[in-house]
Amino acid sequence: MAPTTLGPIQRKFAPWDDPSEVPLVRFENVTKRFGDFVAVDNLSIDIYPREFFALLGPSGCGKTTLLRMLAGFEQPTEGRILLDGQDVSKVPPYRRPVNMMFQSYALFPHMTVEANIAFGLKQDRVPKPEIEARVAEMLKLVRLEQFGKRKPHQLSGGQRQRVALARSLAKKPKLLLLDEPLAALDKKLREATQFELTDLQQELGLTFLIVTHDQEEAMTVADRIAVMDHGVMVQVATPAEIYEQPNSRYVADFIGDVNLIEGRVAAIDGARVEIAPSGIDARFEVAEAPDTAVDDTVWLALRPEKIAVSMEPPDDASVNCVSGEVWDIAYLGDLSIYHVRLASGITVKSAQTNVTRLIERPITWEDKVYLSWTRDAGVALIR
Amino acid sequence: MTERPSLFNIVSVVFGFAFLYLPILLLIIYSFNESRLVTVWAGFSTKWYVQMINNEGLMNAAWVTARVAFVSATIATVLGTLAAIVLIRFGRFRGRTLFSGMIYAPLVMPEVITGLSLLLLFVAINLDRGFWTVVIAHITFSMCFAAVVVQSRLVSFDTSLEEAAMDLGCPPARAFFSVTLPVIMPAVISAWMLSFTLSLDDLVIASFTTGPGATTLPMKIYSQVRLGVTPEINAVCSVLIAVVTVGVLAASIVTKRREVERQRAERAAIAGN
Repeated sequence: MAPTTLGPIQRKFAPWDDPSEVPLVRFENVTKRFGDFVAVDNLSIDIYPREFFALLGPSGCGKTTLLRMLAGFEQPTEGRILLDGQDVSKVPPYRRPVNMMFQSYALFPHMTVEANIAFGLKQDRVPKPEIEARVAEMLKLVRLEQFGKRKPHQLSGGQRQRVALARSLAKKPKLLLLDEPLAALDKKLREATQFELTDLQQELGLTFLIVTHDQEEAMTVADRIAVMDHGVMVQVATPAEIYEQPNSRYVADFIGDVNLIEGRVAAIDGARVEIAPSGIDARFEVAEAPDTAVDDTVWLALRPEKIAVSMEPPDDASVNCVSGEVWDIAYLGDLSIYHVRLASGITVKSAQTNVTRLIERPITWEDKVYLSWTRDAGVALIR
Repeated sequence: MTERPSLFNIVSVVFGFAFLYLPILLLIIYSFNESRLVTVWAGFSTKWYVQMINNEGLMNAAWVTARVAFVSATIATVLGTLAAIVLIRFGRFRGRTLFSGMIYAPLVMPEVITGLSLLLLFVAINLDRGFWTVVIAHITFSMCFAAVVVQSRLVSFDTSLEEAAMDLGCPPARAFFSVTLPVIMPAVISAWMLSFTLSLDDLVIASFTTGPGATTLPMKIYSQVRLGVTPEINAVCSVLIAVVTVGVLAASIVTKRREVERQRAERAAIAGN
């Protein structure tokens, strides 16, 4: 009998790596200006069918403008937007096979839940029995069968959110745009709804484009994330790549928590790049530092959970090891974040999982500790 | 607030309401006076109401007033709503400040000036004065009030509702009629009622712009009062007061009931989830 090997368990979905795939949405050098303000700056991106794509960034980074251009509420100043190969830049919103779920939900207050969901189908003059069937199907999909006759103000926030979702899905759009769809929900409900959204997207086989400023939300739901800043996409990659291989300090800092230590490339030796940190008497190594040469300035990005804290020096203290004094401890229950101040005055954060039940942790304020990490833990960033 | 109102509070309330309503109350009481003399009470009678109904001139004037008020309020509401939409929706266009200033100017313009200028205009373009000139004049000044009322509602109107309608395949004009208009309808109705009342009420502008056969009720009353106050006039005024009171009460009861229903439904929604 041949030995069974553990193959990839999860379905690998990566149409962006497959050159034969045809994108559903294509932004071609799109620029949008409002007067002097450049909201979107010469941006090009392909989004593929069945993809869950997240636009992530702080407010004012141009992510909502991008979404509104796709819905048709804004026209690009320059460039083209292709939907299914057709230029839709000049097509008005009511003629686009795209639907949007609004941040405010924008439910029609004078109509019942059923009438809200049926609204889009009525515009297309769908026969009445078909409308009724589709409305019933949508109500079932979002589990609001008993609420069809209610008005929006008679529903709770979570129910309204589901009505808005049902209404935007009723016309079976090629592409669903979601503008901060969960921002108005409380944390518990938001987390549950994130999974519902991904399940729904997979079940219906639709393409979702979500705009959010919540990085956890983007990480949970999306196949790919585009991190935006000042109208440009700084990095477009899968959640894991964004987190583990950020391409810039901006992305590393925006997604999760990170320690950034400035330094200089001291030596490059195949899979080993040596970094001399400025102001710290230590030697750092990383596995790779693409596009760098000796003497370049780089920043070592280290995630707090990848740094170990110990009272005793590690076996090899000559590389990727610094010592300092515990300055502050943030006890979060599941984690403890140790803020360690090095001799040079730099503070480095380390997150430790609290795997045992203890009221008092062995490491406490003002202890002298050693911080160490492996060569694979850090990423050298050049910008 | 379980504390009892102080003597000062009670006196304030009594005087305040007396100031507002005593004249009206006197007017209503004297409309039921038997005597011809307005200031001498001579027993209860409804004869002045009968006489009022038989007074053809008065009835004609009332009918003219009702028609003028209805037509001018309707047109003023339509125009005022359009002006409000332009002011709110089209952001900063060239001449916006001028336009909004010009919309509000008639609000503070003395009626005599509005009336006189309209009269000069009608004379200049050789328009025969009568029913329609009064209607036009009333539209001119009540349109501004309608615009103000509708605009205050549109400020808080969530434009994403209209965008949602368009997103679902609804062209802009249809989106306005199927979504925006129903939502702002209460404000539009208030605008209409305000315009209607203003028209009902107007004496000065109507006097300037009217012509033969288009005497409004306020004009009629005013001209009769100059010949001496009769209890018949009191009767007419009492009827007017009754009409206005019933209208205001009905409107506020409907609003109140809707509000209570909405609150109950909201409580049910929160409890049910």
